[in-house]
Amino acid sequence: MFSRRYKALLTAPPLIWVTVFLLVPYALMFCYSFWSVSASQTIVHSWNVDNYKELLQKAVYWQTLLRSMWIAVRVMLFSLALGYPLAYFLSFFAGSRKDLLYQLVIIPLWVSYLVRAYAWKTILGSDGVLNTLLQYLHVTRHPLDFLLYSPFAVVLTLTHIYTPFTILPIYAALEHVPRSLVEASHDLGATPSQTFWRVIFPLSIPGVVAGATFAFVLSLGDFLAPLLLGGPSGIMISNIVVSLFGAAYNWPLGAAISLGMLVIVVSLLFLSEKLEKKWSVS
Amino acid sequence: MERFVTAAAAGRSRWLLAHAWAVFAFLYLPIAILILYSFNGQGVGGFPPHHLTLDWYRTLFSDAAIWDSVLNSLEVGCAAMIISLTFGIPAALALDRAQFPGKALFRRLVLLPLILPGIITGLSLLMLFDLMSLRLSLLTITLGHGTALISVATTEVFAGLQKLDRAQEEASLDLGANHWQTFWRITVPSLKLSIIGAALLIFTLSMDEIAVSFFLIGRDNTLPLEIWGRLRRGITPEINAVSAIIFAFSLITIVLWYRLRVTEKGAAEVGAELIESPALSEG
Repeated sequence: MFSRRYKALLTAPPLIWVTVFLLVPYALMFCYSFWSVSASQTIVHSWNVDNYKELLQKAVYWQTLLRSMWIAVRVMLFSLALGYPLAYFLSFFAGSRKDLLYQLVIIPLWVSYLVRAYAWKTILGSDGVLNTLLQYLHVTRHPLDFLLYSPFAVVLTLTHIYTPFTILPIYAALEHVPRSLVEASHDLGATPSQTFWRVIFPLSIPGVVAGATFAFVLSLGDFLAPLLLGGPSGIMISNIVVSLFGAAYNWPLGAAISLGMLVIVVSLLFLSEKLEKKWSVS
Repeated sequence: MERFVTAAAAGRSRWLLAHAWAVFAFLYLPIAILILYSFNGQGVGGFPPHHLTLDWYRTLFSDAAIWDSVLNSLEVGCAAMIISLTFGIPAALALDRAQFPGKALFRRLVLLPLILPGIITGLSLLMLFDLMSLRLSLLTITLGHGTALISVATTEVFAGLQKLDRAQEEASLDLGANHWQTFWRITVPSLKLSIIGAALLIFTLSMDEIAVSFFLIGRDNTLPLEIWGRLRRGITPEINAVSAIIFAFSLITIVLWYRLRVTEKGAAEVGAELIESPALSEG
């Protein structure tokens, strides 16, 4: 019913914009990763794989990448452990409070990242709320110094930030579980626990995969929480990239690391899409 | 469903309820503490808080640098909203009703910034602006936000389109209106709620955005970057005060957005499609 011209007019502007501001920049990142910096701090546009060689050879990059992945895995597991039961409760047991409780999940999802990360900084510091509370209650005599400027602080804060991201897709998947199946399972004599593990949980796997992917991918690339709360032992791979693009002024090497991250992230998104499809009933 | 709620299920539901309260406490307690200490005369931290005061809000309101950055953020937020809607609405319509080569790639590209860590979007744009010899300023931040948030406009409007009755557009075309008239008089008004919702969300997200802005900032700060700069020098309850205001502001716009979406969809599934849009991600 719509004319060719109408469709072209709809398609062309966003297509051009997205090409210029998303596709070209990603391509540029790809190019940069094969260039280098001269002694006089200018970018040399000669193609070589030196940046990638350096990444493979220097342990610091590998160790930081592995540490970032370990932080991201922990954030993912904690977010799922906190998020899944909550999503299950919301979908199956919340009754008339469902709408209100659902809003309580949505709000922190969109509330300022900075505000939430900053809140943890004020809580975890050596003069922070938690340490002074513990001393006030005579639980500890001296401030606990592992709370702030540690991987612990980063994992805690990122779990706080990304838990709502895992709840939403899990909840959506649970809402799509046909209630007739649950009743049938019960009528046929399954215990609630059997019903959960054999009917409900398998049907919610696509949501779990989506939620886990979000938590992992978004925390893997995070650089603000480590800067604010991580200290030297909480440095993540993105922090290296930030310094390469800043003071260290080695954009090509930074681009190579970013591209590596982009490849990891896009492959994970691809993989999770495949997994979601495999597990979804249609 | 009543038959599912046996004694064992009731026990389980009590356990789940306790867990739910614990998770909500984990999500909200830090923000509550942050707001509480914005009234604490003794500074951030220190238990128990005492000498409750509004001094920090007074300091905040006379802080010119903060207000400059608020104005900058408002400008960026409005401009980014216009860019995202200008390109995001046609993108949703194109994905819904046009076939073109590279459509699958286009769909993925548009949605990517929503799930990609901000550093990748920020740095790739930094390289583009450097190549274009575009000096970093509020303009580069606006272009960054506008581009990244097209994803929000597209998902929101696409969700609205799935509820749209095609017959009205068809009737309009049959009765002699051209595509332009049909677009403005039928399509856009029927998508009104989705568009307003998208606008609200884009504006809020732009106001709060920091990871992309971090790389595209020129001389003028946006509010989150102004706060970030101060955090490096140490923390004061003044930052708690501005954070409390940001929280209140976000709370209002998010609840407003949610209400809009519930009126439109009538189901408590709002928002899920934003981060997981099966309709959009189908190959």
